[in-house]
Amino acid sequence: MSFRLIWRKFVSAFMLSVTALCALITVSVLFVILGYLAWNGARSLHWTFFTNLPAPVGETGGGIANAIVGSGKLLLLSAVFGVPIGLLAAIYLAEYAGSTLAFLVRYAADMLNGVPSIVMGIFAYTIVVLPMRHFSALAGGVALGVMMIPIILRSSEEFLRSVPRSLREGSMALGASKWRTIVKVVVPAASGGILTAILLALARVAGETAPLLFTAFGNRFWAHGWNEPIASLPVVIYNYAISPYDDWHRQAWAAGLVLLGLVLTTNLLTRLLLQRQATQRR
Amino acid sequence: MAATSTTVGPAGIDWRPQAILRRLRSGDEIAHIVTLIFGLSILAITAMLVYQLWIHSAPSRAKFGFNFFVTSVWDPVFDNFGALPFIYGTLITTAVALVLAVPLGLGAAIFLSELAPPKISAGLSFVIDLLAAVPSVIYGLLAIFTLIPLLRVTIEPALKHYLGFIPLFRGPAYGIGFLAAGLVLAIMIVPYIVSVSREVLLAVPADQREAALGLGCTRWETTWKVVVPFARTGIMGSIFLSMARALGETMAVTMVIGGTPQISSSLFAPGYSIAAVIADQFTEATGTLYLSALVELGLVLFLITFILNGIARIMIIATQKRGGGVAA
Repeated sequence: MSFRLIWRKFVSAFMLSVTALCALITVSVLFVILGYLAWNGARSLHWTFFTNLPAPVGETGGGIANAIVGSGKLLLLSAVFGVPIGLLAAIYLAEYAGSTLAFLVRYAADMLNGVPSIVMGIFAYTIVVLPMRHFSALAGGVALGVMMIPIILRSSEEFLRSVPRSLREGSMALGASKWRTIVKVVVPAASGGILTAILLALARVAGETAPLLFTAFGNRFWAHGWNEPIASLPVVIYNYAISPYDDWHRQAWAAGLVLLGLVLTTNLLTRLLLQRQATQRR
Repeated sequence: MAATSTTVGPAGIDWRPQAILRRLRSGDEIAHIVTLIFGLSILAITAMLVYQLWIHSAPSRAKFGFNFFVTSVWDPVFDNFGALPFIYGTLITTAVALVLAVPLGLGAAIFLSELAPPKISAGLSFVIDLLAAVPSVIYGLLAIFTLIPLLRVTIEPALKHYLGFIPLFRGPAYGIGFLAAGLVLAIMIVPYIVSVSREVLLAVPADQREAALGLGCTRWETTWKVVVPFARTGIMGSIFLSMARALGETMAVTMVIGGTPQISSSLFAPGYSIAAVIADQFTEATGTLYLSALVELGLVLFLITFILNGIARIMIIATQKRGGGVAA
């Protein structure tokens, strides 16, 4: 073997191991994050952490019950706004649309998807907070709902399109009208996929902080109804993390662990579900 | 496409009153119109977003005009606003993030697409997708309590000691600042670079690799001189995409950048980014002009990410089409 060939083989082996190292570093970040959060957060996780309101400023202890419920309410609101629009628009794109309009709608959805979340916050602020003249759960729900639309739209459309043509033809041959075919055959056939799309969209917006800062704002007490400022997990984590109190830092870790646990579990389950569906279809 | 078989084109629609009535009764027309309205609502929301940003930034645009982008004064007391420090902060943190994340992400993508056995590649990609799902406030939380002390005590003094002859690495080590924000951004955008680059690399047809290997190239030469150049446009697309993410990223940057509207040649200095200043000051913006200046910053951010996303999408689609075309 000539020296040149040995050199080339050496370079090849070396560079390929460098790429392996890159992959290893990238992947290990997740485990570092998880481990560090679990280490710092688990110590502050008590039962009372989930059931109590925040303690008055300066006192130690207290919980984040209002933030957990608040996040739940915000997600419910966002689903109320986001799911119908995203799903029905997806049905339109998959079943009815001509090419130009479909292109425009898809393009707009991709554009919405790329809008920085803080800009979504400004948008919700201008259309809900300014007319109402106060921060509210409603405004937060609108901000998150608008963010959900493009995610649900694009993935639902794919799942609707992947329903086999034979199913539609079978239904129509039995005399069903087009919308009955869609409602009774196409959507049920794609329902598993649509459900995972909705769950992934919820998991994505559940961790969003920026659009909530000046829409839902935050609240150290229970929020009554939908018209008051409301606490949410991500905003609590943010406020506690930048605060000067050690006890609040500990609670930020614990809240972070709760949030990350929820988001990652949802992601994990839906992705596993998707994979199982994909293998079943094959 | 499955849908086209059942869709009657506009030309095929029967517009006679009886026919319309019949379709209305069977519900088809109603379903069509309802879904059409929801489809159009996406366009309406997008248009409204642009419109709201435009009208609410009007006072600021009228008062400062183009000077807004080249002035570095940010004085809420005297209602004098210039965006230069924020634009600078956004660009410099994004640049730091890209310098660190692109080699790492590209390396990982090459490993996943070219070297790793399919099962391992799928497993690792799964983990990387999960990483992309971690909320940004969590990155910020970790950065405040781990990265900042590490930077202040260890990394920044070391950089100053060894690379202090470069202006970038001079000045007091605060921990918080451009470097911290850039580092966090880098960690956050790597998953995007990896997953998109991996996809475009996998779209490179196998015969390209086989031809290069058949000519006696080593595995690395095949990858670096044939596969990567083939996928170059798509990889650039993935970089643009992650750049758009980095520019618009808010929480993690807000938590570590330091919140000081200044332009400094040192990466160690605290600064501000467009997204961070909006997050920090929006709720306390009292005057109309103050608020509209912040909205104008939002508009700038929106336009930049919009353009970058558009370019990225075209590039990625172009590569995937090219790969598919050759393979077929």
